[in-house]
Amino acid sequence: MSPRIKRIRKVLNPPPIKGFKPYGPETNNTQNEPVVLLYEEYEALRLCDYDMYNHYYASGIMNVSRPTFTRIYASARQKVARAFVEGRQIAIEGGKVYFDSDWYHCEKCHCDFNNPAKELQVEMCPLCGSKEVKDYDYTYEIEENTENRPFDTCICPNCGFEQPHKSGKPCRQEECPKCHSRMMRK
Amino acid sequence: MKVAITSTGNKEDSTIDQRFGRCAYLVIYDTVSKSVEYIPNPGKDAEEDAGPVCIQLAASRNVIKIISGEFGIKIKALLDSMKVQMIMLKDPDIKINEIIEMLNH
Repeated sequence: MSPRIKRIRKVLNPPPIKGFKPYGPETNNTQNEPVVLLYEEYEALRLCDYDMYNHYYASGIMNVSRPTFTRIYASARQKVARAFVEGRQIAIEGGKVYFDSDWYHCEKCHCDFNNPAKELQVEMCPLCGSKEVKDYDYTYEIEENTENRPFDTCICPNCGFEQPHKSGKPCRQEECPKCHSRMMRK
Repeated sequence: MKVAITSTGNKEDSTIDQRFGRCAYLVIYDTVSKSVEYIPNPGKDAEEDAGPVCIQLAASRNVIKIISGEFGIKIKALLDSMKVQMIMLKDPDIKINEIIEMLNH
């Protein structure tokens, strides 16, 4: 049986560089294979050791479970340590990720917005122009509030079974619980 | 500067559509000339990939901000790469003219 599909990890900020090179008299860059640090591992290091979030909170940001996050983080530290000790290069590439930008929340009009111009600091709400903006609180997403979700339905083309559409999950990936055929949008 | 708002109807007092890809109408508001344009969404009843159709429509009008209730997983990545700002307003009762008023802050 094939293994369960990996959940796609969310990465907020891709690294500004492609990797690291060691320097010093003993380094021979061409001889040693570089250590490949995946994007998700870089993100785990950034969240835990740079932004100082705990594993639970950081796992919510990356949209994976807490144990999975801890595994990604452990693998990241192991790779960085290996590069340091063995004097290898670090290449940051690959991994099952998608990129999402930083999100913010406006206290006045209660909207959430992102910042496509990453290098600019967010100062005011793009909608109402108030200065009461703060970083988006990811704890809401961890608790998974499904109450205010839109009201679409998925339907099974085979037997006509209907169920509410899950936001962010294409209907085609959904399987009908009755006849196990692919669902579609009503 | 042009802003797109998802709407449930083609009137000023229509409410915001909480869905992006399957919204009934797309309102294009120009903050400089104050003009408002209502465009019916061609992908409203599409089986799948309704979002990208809607993005194409918005992109053809050169919008730099999109206001909607929620954005799907495919949409976020696409809009992010196009450097279009997404604004999520999770209030289904807010009207189009109220949003336009807020934009004129």
